[in-house]
Parts: sequence; C-alpha cells; structure tokens
Amino acid sequence: MSGEKLSLKDLARKRDLLAPGHRLCAGCGAAIVARLVMKATRGPTIVACATGCLEVATTIFPYTAWRVPWIHSAFENVASTASGIEAGLKALKRAGKLKYDHVDVIAFGGDGATYDIGFQAISGAFERGHDILYVLYDNEAYMNTGIQRSGGTPKYASTTTSPAGKVIPGKLELKKPISHIMVAHRIPYVATASPAYPLDLMRKVRRGLEVEGPAFIHILAPCPRGWRFDPRYTIEMARLAVQTCVFPLWEAENGKYKLTGVSRSIARNPKMKKPVEEYLKRQGRFRHLFTPENRHLVDEIQKIVDEEWNWLLKMCQLS
Amino acid sequence: MTERLPGWRDIPIGGVAFKPSEEYKTGDWRVFRPVLNKEKCNRCYLCHFYCPEGAIKVLDTGDIEIDYDYCKGCLICVNECPRGALESVQE
Ligand SMILES: Cc1ncc(C[n+]2csc(CCOP(=O)(O)OP(=O)(O)O)c2C)c(N)n1
Ligand code: SF4
Ligand SMILES: [Mg+2]
Repeated sequence: MSGEKLSLKDLARKRDLLAPGHRLCAGCGAAIVARLVMKATRGPTIVACATGCLEVATTIFPYTAWRVPWIHSAFENVASTASGIEAGLKALKRAGKLKYDHVDVIAFGGDGATYDIGFQAISGAFERGHDILYVLYDNEAYMNTGIQRSGGTPKYASTTTSPAGKVIPGKLELKKPISHIMVAHRIPYVATASPAYPLDLMRKVRRGLEVEGPAFIHILAPCPRGWRFDPRYTIEMARLAVQTCVFPLWEAENGKYKLTGVSRSIARNPKMKKPVEEYLKRQGRFRHLFTPENRHLVDEIQKIVDEEWNWLLKMCQLS
Repeated sequence: MTERLPGWRDIPIGGVAFKPSEEYKTGDWRVFRPVLNKEKCNRCYLCHFYCPEGAIKVLDTGDIEIDYDYCKGCLICVNECPRGALESVQE
C-alpha cells in the first residue's frame, strides 16, 4: 500500500474533504491543517473529532463541512472513539461484512483535548496498538472557550487564565513535550508538521496512515484570535515557528528520529536559524516581553529553544 | 403569532447534521477581497493549499479561481503569493 508519491500539482486537483461554508475564524490555522490532512487521505476514511474549535465550527447544526463519515466525541475520549471504530471495522472485516478492503480512521484533537483532558485515552489507545492516526492541531490554548492556558501553551504566553500583568509575565510553566511522550509509547510513527510546508505535512499524514498501528502527528495551528495577530499572517507564524526552531519538523519511525524539510537544512547550516524574537514579537500574546524589565525573558525563551533543539539534534544522531 | 419552531420530535435522532455547509455562505464576512492577476500567476498553487476555506480552486485548465461565496477575506493568499499575483481590494 505504501509508496505513492505525493505532489502538490496532483493534490491541488483533489477534491477537498473539508468543505467550505464552515465557520472557523477568517485565517484560522486549524482550518488549513484539517484541509491539508484530509487531502492526504488515500481512500475510505472515518473521522472522529474531539470537542474544540474544529469540531464546533465545522458542524454547526444542521450543517456539516465533512465529506466523510464523521463523529463528534466528548472532549476527553476521541482516541477511545477512534479505537472503537477501528475495532468495529476489524470485526466487520473478519465477518466478511466490510464493503471495503481497508478503511482509515483519523482522530482530531486540539491541544486541550490532547495534552490535558484526553491524554489517558490516547495513551491507552496507543498501548493497545489500534491502527489509527491521531492528529493534534495545536493552537496552544483552549481557544473555543476563550483562550485559556493548556499544557500546550508555551512559557510566558499571555492567556485569559495566565494573563500577563503585574503579578505574572504570562504562563509560568513549560510546554509539555507531547510528541516525545508519544515516541516513548513505542508506536510506529510520530511526526511534527507545519501548515507553512504543505507537502511535508501531507507526506507525513500519508505515512501515518500507511504504517500498521498507531500514528501521531503534531501540527502547529496558529490562531489569529488567541495569539493576537492579523489573520493574514497565519502561515507566516507557522513558518517562523519552524525557522526559529521553536517548532522543528521531524519524524520518528519506530523510534528513529529524523529531521525533515527546513529543520534538516538548519541542522546542516545553523546560520539559517532565526532568533526566537522574530517569532515572538509578531504576536500580541508575547507583547509584554518586549518591555525593558521583561527583556531577559526573551533571552530565557531563546535558551530553552536552543536546549531543546540541541537535544533533538542529539536524538537524530543517536537514531 | 410567531412561527412555530421545530420541537424535539422534529429534530433528527442524535443531532445528525444533514445539510452540507456549502449552503451556508461565508463570503459576507469579508471586508477585503483578494483579486487575482492571472498574468502574474505561475500556477504554484500555494494559495490553494494555504486557503482555510478551500475557496481557491484549481480548474481543469490549470488556472485558479477564487470562490467569493466562501472567501472570508483573511488575505493569507495575498500575503503568501510568491509572485505578488494577488491584491487586496476593499469591498
Ligand atoms: C468535559 C468538557 N469540559 C469542558 C468543555 C468545554 N469546552 C469546549 S471546547 C473547549 C476548548 C477546547 O480546547 P482545545 O482542545 O485546545 O481546542 P481548540 O478549541 O483550542 O481548538 C472547552 C474547554 C467540554 N466541552 N467538555
Ligand atoms: S479561535 Fe482560533 S482556532 Fe478557533 S476558529 Fe478562531 S482562529 Fe481558529
Ligand atoms: Mg487549542
């Protein structure tokens, strides 16, 4: 089943499986992510979606933007729902009642659904080895309920529950290294992706579908509303996150780490790596860091990013 | 008398959405409209992949076409086009 070479020219002509008319904000990164993921599907596909912006705004009753069988599950259990679908399909196949040779199952969850509330359901599904692809669209806060901080919110970002002011300079805790935690589950495929690099993203989705067993793809989904930037800059933010190594592109097949795309080029030519400031200063959620008394926090973020990047480089060498 | 709204008996079981979202036009959200200059376009199709709506379609001829019924005017395409083939115009 493996090996079909994806190209932008061909994929551009493929009918979208996420239809227009949905009500995600203008410029919403999650909308781009979902469209691209669905473009990379290879055949009959069932989608399960955790509660969050993507689910709410694509299925406002009585409308749906999904051109595939789709199910909304509660906030905390989309990985369990997807597991059940996969197990059901297997049972049908065994009984000779499945119309198709194979049906792919994709679960979408936001950062709230993935880092926090749905975490144990994912961990369980991965340990049981269900053949599902879990897509984390990470807009780095609980956006649908009004920008509350989550385990995926980066350090010093201002949110409504970590508001920057006299008491704190935004969220005090680090972003959870969610994808590395997934690699530690010893599943066949884990990757990160950015909508600024559509071909890299769609190749990874296709690979995630091809492998037998669980796959996890962590995709950055800039949110103009919650990150506080003009909607026209969504892709610029998604690109800067990669160029600054705040969000490096990599994949780990059977635990073997490998950088991809621009991140691989940066590893070869470190001069290409941009300072984190270029990413942070473009977003209102980090605005408070650019006052004289908070400048040192930008340096601290740079240090954290450098350390994590160096750790990732080591992981790639070890693999 | 006000019009009677559907009661629970009239609503599909389990809240099954039954209308395609295309019946809901989001084009009236737009304040600025992206306009394509065909001469400058070299058919890289990046705008098609970056559009959150799927409102930039690739036709059989290979040309692109913007569907203003759904374009919300985010202007990502204007910002991203490597050839400057898209321009924003106020509605
Ligand atoms: C158990 C439960 N708690 C709270 C909510 C309310 N709720 C709905 S969407 C949402 C935020 C979702 O955040 P995230 O998963 O990051 O997705 P996003 O909206 O940011 O895309 C919350 C808290 C809920 N639906 N169910
Ligand atoms: S709040 Fe953010 S994630 Fe939610 S629909 Fe708007 S842009 Fe998208
Ligand atoms: Mg979120």
